[in-house]
Amino acid sequence: MKKSIASLLLGTALSLLAADVAFAQDKLDKVVKIGSLSDQSGLYADLGGPGSTLAAQMAVEDSGLTAKGWKIDVIAGDHQNKPDVGVNIARQWFDVDKVDVIVDVPNSGVALAVNNVVKEKNGVFLDSGAGTSDLTNAQCTPNTVHWSYDTYTLAHGTGTALTKAGGNTWFFVTADYAFGAALERDTTAAVTALGGKVLGGVKAPLSTSDFSSFLLQAQASKAKIIGLANAGADTTNAIKQAAEFGITQSGQKLAALLLFITDVHSLGLNVAKGLNFTETYYWDLNDGTRAFAKRFQERAKNHSMPTMVHAGVYASLIHYFKALEALGGNPHDGAKVVAKMKEIPTDDPLFGKGSIEPNGRTIHPAYLFEVKQPSESKGPWDYYKLVATIPASEAFTPLDKSTCPLLKK
Amino acid sequence: MAALYAQLLVGLINGSFYALLSLGLAVIFGMLNIINFAHGALYMMGAFCAYFVLSLTGLGYWWALIIAPIIVGIFGMVLERTMLKWLAGLDHLYGLLLTFGLALIIQGVFQNFFGSSGLPYAIPDELQGGMNLGFMYLPIYRGWVIIFSLVVCIATWFLIEKTRLGAYLRAATENPTLVRAFGINVPRMITLTYGLGVGLAALAGVLSAPINQVRPLMGENVIIVVFAVVVIGGMGSIMGSIVTGFALGVIEGLTKYFYPEASNTVVFVLMVLVLLVKPTGLTGRAA
Amino acid sequence: MTALTDDTLPTTPGAMRDEMIVFAIMAVLLAAVPFTGIYPFFVMQALCFALLACAFNLLIGYGGLLSFGHAMFLGTGGYVTGHFLKVGAISLPYWPGMWFTIPFPPFSPEMAIIGGTAVSCLLAVITGYVSIRRQGIYFAMITLALSQLIYFIYLQAPFTHGEDGIQGIPQGKMLGFLDLSNTTVLYYVVLVGFLAGFLLIFRAINSPFGEVLKSIRENEQRAISLGYKTDHYKLLAFILSGTLAGFAGSLKVFVAQNASLTDVEVAMSGLIVLMTLVGGLGTVFGPVVGAFVIIAMQQYLAGFGQWVTVIQGVIFVACVLLFRRGLIGEIAHLLKRSL
Repeated sequence: MKKSIASLLLGTALSLLAADVAFAQDKLDKVVKIGSLSDQSGLYADLGGPGSTLAAQMAVEDSGLTAKGWKIDVIAGDHQNKPDVGVNIARQWFDVDKVDVIVDVPNSGVALAVNNVVKEKNGVFLDSGAGTSDLTNAQCTPNTVHWSYDTYTLAHGTGTALTKAGGNTWFFVTADYAFGAALERDTTAAVTALGGKVLGGVKAPLSTSDFSSFLLQAQASKAKIIGLANAGADTTNAIKQAAEFGITQSGQKLAALLLFITDVHSLGLNVAKGLNFTETYYWDLNDGTRAFAKRFQERAKNHSMPTMVHAGVYASLIHYFKALEALGGNPHDGAKVVAKMKEIPTDDPLFGKGSIEPNGRTIHPAYLFEVKQPSESKGPWDYYKLVATIPASEAFTPLDKSTCPLLKK
Repeated sequence: MAALYAQLLVGLINGSFYALLSLGLAVIFGMLNIINFAHGALYMMGAFCAYFVLSLTGLGYWWALIIAPIIVGIFGMVLERTMLKWLAGLDHLYGLLLTFGLALIIQGVFQNFFGSSGLPYAIPDELQGGMNLGFMYLPIYRGWVIIFSLVVCIATWFLIEKTRLGAYLRAATENPTLVRAFGINVPRMITLTYGLGVGLAALAGVLSAPINQVRPLMGENVIIVVFAVVVIGGMGSIMGSIVTGFALGVIEGLTKYFYPEASNTVVFVLMVLVLLVKPTGLTGRAA
Repeated sequence: MTALTDDTLPTTPGAMRDEMIVFAIMAVLLAAVPFTGIYPFFVMQALCFALLACAFNLLIGYGGLLSFGHAMFLGTGGYVTGHFLKVGAISLPYWPGMWFTIPFPPFSPEMAIIGGTAVSCLLAVITGYVSIRRQGIYFAMITLALSQLIYFIYLQAPFTHGEDGIQGIPQGKMLGFLDLSNTTVLYYVVLVGFLAGFLLIFRAINSPFGEVLKSIRENEQRAISLGYKTDHYKLLAFILSGTLAGFAGSLKVFVAQNASLTDVEVAMSGLIVLMTLVGGLGTVFGPVVGAFVIIAMQQYLAGFGQWVTVIQGVIFVACVLLFRRGLIGEIAHLLKRSL
């Protein structure tokens, strides 16, 4: 009796093991599962969140692959700005739900953590939400492509422009996590390269609602530019409170190093007017951007316009599908698909023509914008005027300066 | 030097919130021996109430200062009648666990409907703008916060320590049987006291809405600091909580100037020190 | 002293035999998990929390002390072990904010676990010394505030990387040959760790030390009058509880491969209380069942977002108002056996 139970158990175990081995063989099929991992309800929910899931669905529809017999699903997850939650979701998606590609992931701390998981599970990571330039430098992997923007773009766009215009002393109010630190580091490099000086900085916890003591410290430093190395609701709160405390009246200028159209919308033009910042997508730039924005706005929550993060989700997936078609199917092998993506130059109506570098960085032009005065705006969402176009070669880390281990072959 | 004064003033503003909140907690603990873990969630409800009063009826800030504490106070009294009463004879730890669970429910429900990010609430027009004090530019609204909290704190202290109603409340908790023998409705007193404590929390919420944005998690971080304030000040002492609340805000401001890294921890370090030396707190009655 | 454990049944000699049988059944069921289709990662997490809840239960169920700060031990075990596994260097503070570093290469898994548990033990000694002076709600408040203090220290200490946490912690080879990146091997290592910790607690409860502890819980004055130095016994229980909680945190790091602020938050302390409450305070197996129930709920209801928090709150309230004995407590009462 005992022997047969033992042998039954052993047999079950062995057959389960064998089944596992069988599945590991490479096989092309037409099944794709996309996971949109974002901050669904917190300070980054407007720039990513449900809008990114919508952008992913639009990419699936526009690719035309379902008509060709492909089965493509989009699921969404909420990382709540906690790296451990993000990692748990990512791991479960790969192990249990058979997800192939993760998109969006704003919050650089979560992105860096998920980056590790994707590499371990040989999936694909198309990040358009996080800012840290580390994703294509020290932390680069063969499974990750970084879209839309990074802290180098912001630093060399806004930082350089403001320093050249006379703001040669800076004080930073930094969100105390990976993104804030990376943005402060890259902007400091850009400012000091032009001869500017950083007088000091203060670190504020993520999701701070009351910036009074930090702003007072910034005021006390007498720096010409107060650099806000944060994003989302942190930035809008800081800007509003700076106005309350009369900080901008005494001659200091605020540099919103990362600003999205949803932030300007919530601040209102009266408060945001005159702010300079860098982005890579604006809905009103050209016909291609306008067409996408119109379709997005019809289906979006609160009829908001797409941010460059949403645009990045769409563009990265369109390119991913191109690579899959070129391979003849989905090999469920992340490194293979990303290698193919790097071979094909990128071309979409949102970002124009570009390419993916060997370190995983997508390059295309970036733009320096200024928020319009209320009198210049023709209606809701008409907020930006173009100040300068930054060519792709200047907007992203040059390959010879990149610290990506993949490049050292 | 100007920077130091500026930080002290900001500290005083924070201290006003600590004082108001710890006042509510001290009233509830001193009178009812309940640790009200839900205090932070009720503070948040006060802020949301103000937001809804504005968006649904158009009534502004000044109305909200009266309406929100009443509505949330009634909600608190309902909670007391339906749930806390059951725990009357049991170990006080049950009260702590129950209110902790209630806090989770309230915060979770609000988070589901409103996300974690803030809803904006504007500073009332009468209090807009600021005054140049020389060492800093003080927004008028924040100055109002300090003055209003001081007034409310002193009024509450006066109510409890110096009036007849306050005397009944204090007697009812010290010796309920005897007080009941005098014909005073003790359970009603207890419910009213809980309502008063909750109302104070909601009032702090309305006061904080223009500064801190109306967020479901706004109570979570502040409540633990307020617990530390109440422990330092003496767990049942009204005046102790008020003074300690303001004092701790100022101490935090000082730390932010001299040694910013420690500003989060200074309250807890102080609490540990006080507990080692004088376990009942600075002005507290014996446990 | 406290009415929280008034309903526990007295242990009889037959009770110990009953409990050993249930223990054997539990061990066999858990050992069979890799052969079923259940996601082993979920069970491993549940085992770590089960050990954590058992450690917490030692303090409240048998010592009568409700600690609202046990997350500080979970977090300490996790951070220290994670740091030793990934980086290895030991930093000792010689002034607030100034550290003096001894560079070591990354530790092996067993040394890292020992390191993490040792630091948790040290933390338990220090915090225990401060907290034991008070009882009841004051004790709960002090442990709460101490754990917030530790939270803010970890938020700022460079080795924890604050909000980003320690990510990508390598799993390595335990004792040189057990490859922990193999899920099945890792599962059995975690299971052995859990069973060992559980047996240690079991042994502590059913020893002379445990008996004195229970008598202190029932009537401290009488215990003092009998000549027992009650503060020493309570402190010992606190240290044992904290050390085992740190051990659970060390194990968890191998499973999750990261250590973050979530492990030191007040919400985590509340979760530990909830698990033990649901399972049954003062019962032997209650915390294990409670941990599995709560972790399963978090896993399978994850799609409902913040409703999970609401449900946890409702369970808290329901347990306190109606269901004070918890799941195992109710079963034990029905069967009139000690579980």
